[in-house]
Amino acid sequence: MALEDLFKVVKDRFKEDKKIERKTDSVEIPKDLLFKCPRCGTIAYREDFLKNKQVCSSCGYHARIGYRERLAMTADADSFVEFDAGMTSLNPIDFPGYEEKVAALREKCGMNEAVVTGTCRIRGYKTVIGIMDSNFMMASMGSVVGEKITRAFEYATKNKMPVILFTASGGARMQEGIVSLMQMAKTSGAIARHNEAGQLYVTVMTDPTTGGVTASFASLGDIIIAEPKVLIGFAGRRVIQDTIRQQLPDDFQSAEFMLENGFADMIVDRKNMRSVLAKILKMHNYIKADKIPGKDEAV
Amino acid sequence: MSNLSASERLAVIRTKGRPTVMDYIPAVFNNFLEMHGDRFYGDDAAIIGGIATLESIPVTVIGQVKGRNLEENKRTNFSMPHPEGYRKALRLAKQAEKFHRPVICLVDTPGAFCGVEAEKRGQGEAIAKNLMEFMTLRTPVISVVLGEGGSGGALALAVCDELAMLENALYSSISPRGFASILWKDASRESEAAELMRSTAEDLFKFGVCEKIISEPAGGAHNDPELMTANLSEYLTEAVPRLMKKNIDELLDERYEKFRKIGMFSE
Repeated sequence: MALEDLFKVVKDRFKEDKKIERKTDSVEIPKDLLFKCPRCGTIAYREDFLKNKQVCSSCGYHARIGYRERLAMTADADSFVEFDAGMTSLNPIDFPGYEEKVAALREKCGMNEAVVTGTCRIRGYKTVIGIMDSNFMMASMGSVVGEKITRAFEYATKNKMPVILFTASGGARMQEGIVSLMQMAKTSGAIARHNEAGQLYVTVMTDPTTGGVTASFASLGDIIIAEPKVLIGFAGRRVIQDTIRQQLPDDFQSAEFMLENGFADMIVDRKNMRSVLAKILKMHNYIKADKIPGKDEAV
Repeated sequence: MSNLSASERLAVIRTKGRPTVMDYIPAVFNNFLEMHGDRFYGDDAAIIGGIATLESIPVTVIGQVKGRNLEENKRTNFSMPHPEGYRKALRLAKQAEKFHRPVICLVDTPGAFCGVEAEKRGQGEAIAKNLMEFMTLRTPVISVVLGEGGSGGALALAVCDELAMLENALYSSISPRGFASILWKDASRESEAAELMRSTAEDLFKFGVCEKIISEPAGGAHNDPELMTANLSEYLTEAVPRLMKKNIDELLDERYEKFRKIGMFSE
């Protein structure tokens, strides 16, 4: 048994969510009014939770957020130019119901695939950016995710630009079979070339970064940042639990676990993320876009 | 070519007595000298590696070790490597690069090991690093899937110039069991899953993942290990000198393109 539980982590969480729903239902509190932290169980007014950038005020768990919110809190206003917005999946292994599932998600999420890529500015520093959105099929990696990330790196290599990726994923997309596995090699190859070109790659691991994404581009950053309390790991928690037949500690496969074991450089709060990223770009000698008029229209 | 279904092949590759790396290495290569350890943490018996000669060409051989009995399997963790196994493989590949030796990877694993220690030592990072480093390794790399090619744990030894598969081998992004348990919440329906997954050598040839299918004796490799070995040797002795003749920069571009073009999408 190996990667077969890439999605179970996610499933477990859905189960937890359901449990939580049932509990809240029993006291009949509308869930759009309240947020219950999946890590510590603390209940907060949703309004306060949203004001706090969707971070649990009690334990500091950084909840999953959609790509639009992520972009809004990371990039300078109106600076984002999207790549490959219309790219959508086909069905390489004729997986039953796959097209319908993707179509329904496109409708529901208002996005075409699980990652959005492009260029933006962060406090004036221009960068290639990619944001994975777990609302879309748990941001699993199929052909489109692999291709968009690969193109983003190729663009950055060609234009001597840094790449910042916000990772979140259940892993390889089962519905695309071997083709999904090959995206791990493809993206890693594009990163190798970007790396050889001497350009900077920063990974920001968000909830949840697991499976084939952890085992490829998420782990290859020159600098690896994690958001507090998020899930980061390779194998599914339940698979490991079944193997060792004992309960795992709560912080197993957390951002803090990664830091302690030497697989993340730093843990950064959402409220400080933009300033930390800008500092990093500055210290790698990237120049503020507004200081080089005329060269700015390249994108 | 055999006309076995995917689930029949699954049964064939699990047959007791199917030859493993431990059978192929002495039969295909000469002068094998095993090298141990990743120089960081330890030595992982799930991956064997070393230098040997193929005809008269020095090569580096790296393989995943399926046990032939329970005792061997205990030692080799049922061919499920830990991070130190992948790091040993990378160390030997880098050594091969330095001395311009081709690398031959023999893939045979249900997957990378899933456990607490593997997570602590960075299983994800170890695999990712191999994908990146093998992509730019300045020496020819050939991978052969002997039986099971399970997911990222197999891919970590399969970023190569040419991927060959034994006729009945299966290579997939998730095990048939895992696929069944997600799709139908019933791991016991793995045979059905195997049919759906498109992971046979012919399927992978069509997807551009596999370049060469090495035929097996009728009924499977276990029926005639000598013939199987001869077929594998024949392929390697043809492919290794052919790849060595290529200009290394062209070879690396082709390696990149091989993976670069895999994917199906519309825009």
